[in-house]
Amino acid sequence: MAGNKRKTPDINASSQADIAFLLLVFFLVATTMNTDKGISRVLPPIPPEDVKVEDQKQKERNVLLVFVNGAGQLMVGDEMTDIRQLKDKAKEFILNVNDEEDKPEKEDKEIDMPDGSKWVYTTSKGVISLQTTRDTNYETYIQVQNELTRVFSEIRQDVSMQKFGKSFDELNEDERKVITTAVQQKISEAEPRKAIKK
Amino acid sequence: MKKKGSKELPAISTASLPDVIFMILFFFMVSTTMRDQEVLVRYKLPNATEVQKLEKKNLVSYIHIGVPVTHMQARYGTAPKIQLNDTYKTAKDIGDFIAAEREQLNEADRAQMTTSIKADRETKMGMITDVKQELRRANALKISYAAVEGEVK
Repeated sequence: MAGNKRKTPDINASSQADIAFLLLVFFLVATTMNTDKGISRVLPPIPPEDVKVEDQKQKERNVLLVFVNGAGQLMVGDEMTDIRQLKDKAKEFILNVNDEEDKPEKEDKEIDMPDGSKWVYTTSKGVISLQTTRDTNYETYIQVQNELTRVFSEIRQDVSMQKFGKSFDELNEDERKVITTAVQQKISEAEPRKAIKK
Repeated sequence: MKKKGSKELPAISTASLPDVIFMILFFFMVSTTMRDQEVLVRYKLPNATEVQKLEKKNLVSYIHIGVPVTHMQARYGTAPKIQLNDTYKTAKDIGDFIAAEREQLNEADRAQMTTSIKADRETKMGMITDVKQELRRANALKISYAAVEGEVK
């Protein structure tokens, strides 16, 4: 360290922290953190005018009516139900384990497996029809939608366990596709009923 | 110099400070997304447990529904409003809005277009239904009811 060597002078890096702070503040202000999450649905297309209404009518036994009124009360089928029982009731209806007369019909469906073979799965023809009045609260509606989504994700979970021995989340993309074609989310969001005027 | 300062406490080196700040900076750059529009309505999303992430952000268009923010209330009142792009609109304008949004996407992506409805939890279903009807008419059938992941009550 006698100084016989020539040194290149160091670049002063003390302002580097300030620059980094500046960038950090910019990103804090200009970006948002929340990733978008939500309950996904597919709306039914508007039927062409020349199709008669009767053609698309489902058989009565295949439809479970879920009706929410403005006070947040829930009617499933033809009885008043608490929201906590909705999931089990709807699941029981969709699965129709005992082949009851007033529950949905079933249909054998052939599904292509990822390894090329066919798999015959008995699907339910059941549809859940969700109806609201115009003064129903959105929050209540989302809660009901949430419960109905749980119905189908639970059925998918069960089928996935039976078929692949894994939970639905652990499946790969092809296997997941098999399960989603086997168990389709059949929730119909009809136009609202007119609120009953007194 | 050395003899003089020998009794003082040595200064804490700040040489690693930039590195720390850069680390925080990179964290924010990766985990956040750009704010793309100013929201003119105030809304509190409902809670749900069965939420799915919206995947491709550029295929998503947003419809905000809620009470106008405080500084706009003098002009627009406190009734819930629908916000499309940067202005308040009515349900009837949704058709045009969807058409414009669809125009921006390339042909292959148009079928994948999703509309995210961000509505306040206090909104009445009448308004949501009008929006849904307009979306059906505009043939924008993939929708997502924005919700916050969390236990319901």
